[in-house]
Amino acid sequence: MADDFTAKLDSYLDGELRADEIKAVGLHVRSCPACSADILSRVQLKRAVQIAGKRYAPSAEFRARVRRKIAARPRFSPVRVWLTAASTIAVLLVAGLLANYVGNQRLERRHAFSEIADLHVATLASPNPVDVVSTDRHTVKPWFQGKIPFTFNLPELSNSEFTLLGGRVVYLEQTPGAQLIYQVRKHEISVFIFQDGAVNPALREASGPLRHVSFNLQSWSDKGLRYFVIGDASGDDIRNLADLLKNAAKS
Amino acid sequence: MEVPEERLTSATFEELAMPLFDQLYNFAHWLTQNRSEAEDLVQETYVKALKGFSSFQPGTNFRAWIYRILRNTFLTSRTGLKATATVPLDVDDAPEVPAGPDTPETIFIERSQQQLLQGAIEDLPLHFREVLLLCEVEEMSYQEIGEALAIPIGTVMSRLSRARKALRENLRQKLEGG
Repeated sequence: MADDFTAKLDSYLDGELRADEIKAVGLHVRSCPACSADILSRVQLKRAVQIAGKRYAPSAEFRARVRRKIAARPRFSPVRVWLTAASTIAVLLVAGLLANYVGNQRLERRHAFSEIADLHVATLASPNPVDVVSTDRHTVKPWFQGKIPFTFNLPELSNSEFTLLGGRVVYLEQTPGAQLIYQVRKHEISVFIFQDGAVNPALREASGPLRHVSFNLQSWSDKGLRYFVIGDASGDDIRNLADLLKNAAKS
Repeated sequence: MEVPEERLTSATFEELAMPLFDQLYNFAHWLTQNRSEAEDLVQETYVKALKGFSSFQPGTNFRAWIYRILRNTFLTSRTGLKATATVPLDVDDAPEVPAGPDTPETIFIERSQQQLLQGAIEDLPLHFREVLLLCEVEEMSYQEIGEALAIPIGTVMSRLSRARKALRENLRQKLEGG
């Protein structure tokens, strides 16, 4: 039996030798009866210890207890918890303020357009809805001279369904403006004209149906003037009248 | 069992650690030789490992890491301190000897006295018992054993050789005595 091989037998069985060493030990063991017997007894002991060593098993209850212990504990430090809470509160606060701001904006716009609608309704309810009664734009337009701080053009309606009934001076938030009443198929439509810089910024939003008062509305700005066309006529009629006014303003 | 860096999150701890539960408990019981102490040791190991999981080095061996925690925890326990009261000599001063034709292990195998073998393992000093179990039962490489026990590979080899020799001697005495 060679001592240098004997020293390597355990490492050989443990799979810890290099490939060339494994080959050399394997060759030697096959030719050396003593080493062959030695390695057999080492293998037997190794296997026996492997079996005998697997002796203890944990109870299911203990396993579950440890699993709960490591699974039920979120790894948050107090600082992290506070930071998370602070972040959440900040986000909620900003979201709340934003929602409040958006809500206020929406409410302000709604109130502003309601004022336009109120002016329209009040005019129609009046026994004298207009101060200048005329279907002639060349009569109505000059009537406003000296009454309002601006002038405007009115459309030619001879080839349209619309009829001009007259006009009056109105005030929106202490700002003077012109109100013109048009008729289309028994629907009366108000056209309001104000100086754009004088009206509530909430009124500078896009046009569309005013669902909360069941009116259709078109609004736009041109050459420093803010126009509102409002009435219970169809959206198409309101748009058509708005187009006529826009074209007139260009002339 | 190497853990890629991108997987190193607390959520993966349970996934990595629980499959080793039976093995760790078995090893703990061999160390403490007491069920209640083994349970305490395993539980403390898992809690410590979870707490220190963020310091685990990605790319290194998780199994060796958690075994090392268990062993260190044991060494600081009352039973562990008692077991290590006798400091082992790691000098490889014992020449390797052949097992011989009529060895205790062949006799043991013939008699199939597993209990006797378990007793012989129990009787081994702690530093022999742990290295033997990690090699034979856990089938760890010398490198892993070195990491788990915080000793060089050369020491693993010499200690393992001496542990086997001591085990054979224990078996011989038990067979002769019984």
